[in-house]
Amino acid sequence: MALTKVCGIETEYGIVVRGGDNNPVSASSMLINAYIAATNRDRGRIGWDFEDEQPANDARGFSLDESLAPEVETMLVNAVLTNGARYYVDHAHPEISTPEVTTAREALVWDRAAEEIVRASMGHVVSLLPEGGEIIIHKNNSDGKGNSYGCHENYLLARETPFGRLAGQITPHFVTRQVFCGAGKVGCELPGRPHDHVPYQLSQRADFFEEEIGLETTLKRPIVNTRDEPHADAQKYRRLHVIVGDANMSETATYLKVATTAVVLAMIEDDELGDDWLLGNPVAAIRQVSHDPTLRQTIMLRDGSRATALEVQFGLLERARKYEQSHGLACVGEAVAVDILDRWEAVLTGLESDPASVASQVDWVAKQRLVDGYAARHDVQPGSARLKAIDLQYHDLRPERCLALRAGLDTLVSADEVASAMTEPPTTTRAYFRGRCLQKYPDDVVAANWDSLVFDIGRDPLRRVPMMEPLRGTADHVGTLIDDSETARDLLDRLGQ
Amino acid sequence: MAERTQKPKSTTGREADTTAEATPAVTETGEKLKAELDDLLDEIDEVLETNAEDFVKSYVQKGGQ
Repeated sequence: MALTKVCGIETEYGIVVRGGDNNPVSASSMLINAYIAATNRDRGRIGWDFEDEQPANDARGFSLDESLAPEVETMLVNAVLTNGARYYVDHAHPEISTPEVTTAREALVWDRAAEEIVRASMGHVVSLLPEGGEIIIHKNNSDGKGNSYGCHENYLLARETPFGRLAGQITPHFVTRQVFCGAGKVGCELPGRPHDHVPYQLSQRADFFEEEIGLETTLKRPIVNTRDEPHADAQKYRRLHVIVGDANMSETATYLKVATTAVVLAMIEDDELGDDWLLGNPVAAIRQVSHDPTLRQTIMLRDGSRATALEVQFGLLERARKYEQSHGLACVGEAVAVDILDRWEAVLTGLESDPASVASQVDWVAKQRLVDGYAARHDVQPGSARLKAIDLQYHDLRPERCLALRAGLDTLVSADEVASAMTEPPTTTRAYFRGRCLQKYPDDVVAANWDSLVFDIGRDPLRRVPMMEPLRGTADHVGTLIDDSETARDLLDRLGQ
Repeated sequence: MAERTQKPKSTTGREADTTAEATPAVTETGEKLKAELDDLLDEIDEVLETNAEDFVKSYVQKGGQ
């Protein structure tokens, strides 16, 4: 049976500085430090521990030369939050990785919490800037000039799942899921094409994918990324590092993006999906689908036949219904399983009959409505910078500017739940242990990463507590233990450390 | 009270006019959507960056992952 789909979302945010040092790296650091200072008050910042980072390992079974390995920037700001998330500077962007969770609904809650943490950071950083200065954050994936930054998802799979099967069978979903989780983009950024080659497309990211499979994440980006760094027991687990998605403003889109991907991965893990939807040319297809807001064009399948993106999605959904009958969907959370399949079907049916009918759920439809409406009202021609401004401002996280907040998008989670998730960890994974220890023993935790916590409890050497099992360290497992341990030393004694 | 007396009146009106029922309903939804969009566009006119074109031009990011 498929493993519980432990998952998480990492988002790199766009950053603009008005007034003050225009360097995005120092601005990102300032933004994060302002948040840490405002929320931790007199406590020291707890740093990230790089001991177990191996981004050069390739899931196809080899390791890159160190000289070619993706860079791990150890000198930049890198903090761990009490909700179990990591808040740091990656390349020239502020980035938040949500804590590990077990359902798409939890992923949505902690992704929304990350958004609110960034919003709060924008408020806190103002006092550090010259009079009238501000740092503006966008939750998007491209600047419209050929520069892209990612929103990655991560899913836990059994190590024995053959990587070749996984890469082949997940690709049709990655190419076609953009019909409901594309964030929408004015213009085209395909190398060598003019900006108005496509006036409006489904996805922020599709133009940037040049390979089917590979280790890169910053250039020649592959649809399936092979980074083999499970942040867990490598004998038992894989982590699929998904780099092909857009950052979503729509809660429904974030939820469905994670939920449907988890379901398709479970089917692949149990070898219940099969090869029916394998694609002939995935790189061409991901662009074709993104460039066609009519959703009518077909893409080529490996057997030479053709199907629309919606037909592929309906095919995957039909398989998922059968899989639910035969295997159940406990692996993606019993409580949300039926909701996932029903919402998936509803959004596909809506897109098939009239995309405008899902404007409250799908980002690219919501944004297109604003862009087209504005163009008609002001008689603005395609290609105008004012339409691109609407695109950018859809993702602007300043509440007084954000167009997504005004677009009538449905909400799936409450403001209270999101506010709580800014400081509280999920209860269902090891993130609970990480978050609770940071809350209760902040002076004794000297470093943290995904799979360990390092304590300093005085004269003894530093103590590393390994967390190689993502589903251990939950509230059920260690809640009482932490409640009963007044000090970190008590806790370590009880853990037998 | 005014509402109560109003309600049966409109129901009677509908029943009497069954042949034309489908068209007004569609127009009604369409008009509601259009009104919503108009309100939304009014709001966008208010909050859109005043120098939208400069904002777009100066929005340059370093590539990330």
